[in-house]
Amino acid sequence: MKIHEYQGKELFRQAGVPVLEGIVATSPDDAVAAYEKLGGPIAVVKSQIHAGGRGKGTVVGNPDQRGVVVCKSADEVRQAAEGLLGKTLVTIQTGPEGKTVNQVFVEAGCSIARELYLGIVLDRAAAKPVLMASTEGGVEIEKVAEETPELIYKEHFDPAIGLEAYQVRKLCKKLGISGPAAKAAFKFMPAICRFFVDYDCSLTEINPLVITTDDQMIALDAKITFDSNALFRHKELLELRDLSEEEPSEVQAGKFGLSYVKLEGNIGCLVNGAGLAMSTMDIIKYHGGEPANFLDVGGGANAEQVTEAFRILLSDPGCKGVLVNIFGGIARCTTIAAALIEASQTVGFNVPLVVRLEGTEVEEGRKMLADSDVDIINATDITDAAKKIVAAAV
Amino acid sequence: MSILVDGNTKVICQGITGNAGTFHTLGCRDYGTQMVGGVTPGKGGQDVEGIPVFDTVEEAVDKTGADASMIFVPPPFTADAILEAVDAGIKVISAITEGVPVLDMVRVYEKVKASDSVLIGPNCPGIITPGACKIGIMPGYIHNPGKIGVMSRSGTLTYEAVWQTSNLGLGQSTCVGLGGDPIVGTNFIDLLIRYQEDDQTEAILMIGEIGGSAEEEAAAFAKENVTKPVAAFIAGRTAPPGKRMGHAGAIISGGKGTADEKVAALEDAGIVVAPTPADMGEAVVKAIGAK
Repeated sequence: MKIHEYQGKELFRQAGVPVLEGIVATSPDDAVAAYEKLGGPIAVVKSQIHAGGRGKGTVVGNPDQRGVVVCKSADEVRQAAEGLLGKTLVTIQTGPEGKTVNQVFVEAGCSIARELYLGIVLDRAAAKPVLMASTEGGVEIEKVAEETPELIYKEHFDPAIGLEAYQVRKLCKKLGISGPAAKAAFKFMPAICRFFVDYDCSLTEINPLVITTDDQMIALDAKITFDSNALFRHKELLELRDLSEEEPSEVQAGKFGLSYVKLEGNIGCLVNGAGLAMSTMDIIKYHGGEPANFLDVGGGANAEQVTEAFRILLSDPGCKGVLVNIFGGIARCTTIAAALIEASQTVGFNVPLVVRLEGTEVEEGRKMLADSDVDIINATDITDAAKKIVAAAV
Repeated sequence: MSILVDGNTKVICQGITGNAGTFHTLGCRDYGTQMVGGVTPGKGGQDVEGIPVFDTVEEAVDKTGADASMIFVPPPFTADAILEAVDAGIKVISAITEGVPVLDMVRVYEKVKASDSVLIGPNCPGIITPGACKIGIMPGYIHNPGKIGVMSRSGTLTYEAVWQTSNLGLGQSTCVGLGGDPIVGTNFIDLLIRYQEDDQTEAILMIGEIGGSAEEEAAAFAKENVTKPVAAFIAGRTAPPGKRMGHAGAIISGGKGTADEKVAALEDAGIVVAPTPADMGEAVVKAIGAK
């Protein structure tokens, strides 16, 4: 689960990670009021969307309007807010369709001496969280990782212990931080590692992390992703979820325990298991088709879930055919067949349907479908299924 | 032989009194697995269709001599259940539970690695030595005793692979579902070592997916250390970057973990890569033929 920068910064503040004063606004009037409250003269108006690259991002229809604007007066704040609120911002991370800006964060300015990068992720190979820091702040870190990986310094840490003092010393040395700024780092770095652990994050990224001319260390950005599996321990975070940032069909699927990702093609896929679902997409493409989605109904799919899955697939106007690929393990083919028959009555199929069933209770399942009056194209294996749906979905 | 589990393996189920725990414990027993007990705290003294239930794993091991465990407890308690099994000296722990917080697994991983226990999963279908011992949720009947070692990060895709090798008359030595999470107890390399040493295993089928670098590491390891034929398949060739495809581990981020990179690494190691999921069995045949 992702949250907005302004929400992340509030959590940072509570965790003792230094941030600047800022106020979120949903209208130009509110933005100006926020500017006046902050006391100026410099403030930064930042669009709030769940994607990075906002500073270089541009608004659709107004290429001069950037997603982050430094303002020196109330008029400039108003102009920036008007240029952003309700508009669509396209950044390197949003894809060409962009994201609608519903809120801006008006933040006090500061006097920057240096811009650094700091990020914490899970290192899967080491099975530990890793703090990454770089002198190349403010730019795309992916580019740094690609071109000059030696400029990214890494320190793994034990979640139970956090970052040790010697690790901060090592990082400060490599980053060229000394004196009072190093003192700030000794507070900042362990605090941000503790934050990552305390909130079960899967990503905490600050780009840029700045050192001010008076030697403070401040998080100028906050990009946070939480481990969805750990949200049961952090119920308070659920209130920070912004559903308008998410694809509505994916949100609906999530309510039914379905894992769904909308794509651009014309062949709807209903599969049990993530690996099989991905491979089903692959084989559709291999035979010249384009999947309309990834959809995993889960290992133990029930009738309600399958019915809802059909509802979601068929509500996509781009979907011209559906491929059902089930290898029953926990999920029995009879359950899927019954759900399919029920869905044909409650949802109604208006596109060709290719079904490939295998696994637990397959014979009974196939018989149920054959005995029903649901119009189905049967497939014997995964290749046959892919070829048939590619031919049928036009 | 086989790897990790065989007909002598004695298995308990942690979480035996839950719906899934009961259902699959009985499914494993029906398959022929020695299901000797179960654990649900507070329900010691009860039984599930004749299988005794204990309050702690320690007690279950004392009374039954169990050396393997299948875990079905809910995600918030899974890490603790794994640690309890390690503490009781369980040799093979198969954690089926999906949705375990990743930082819980960071904590568990270190302790498992420092012990003599082998953890499979979490978020996996389990492990099966066909005809001898099934510890997990896979449909038993698709398997046949045979010579292919099958290891996979995905559940139902493993069934597809097993089905294909069964239909080709190859059968399987032992099949292991590693699990779809970012941190799992056993990885491809751990199993390559075991399959290489196992007499029954004549060839290895490895099923990977996008995300992470486990497949690349396994390819590099196989190139130097595995003399048996290896075939592979990578799921997610067509997945778009930045989108998580069901498994928490299956996401292409920062241009890393793509299927193309993995396929290139595998082919460089002399591994036969199946172009589509329908060709996994054939890829094994090809790998055997090429050696």
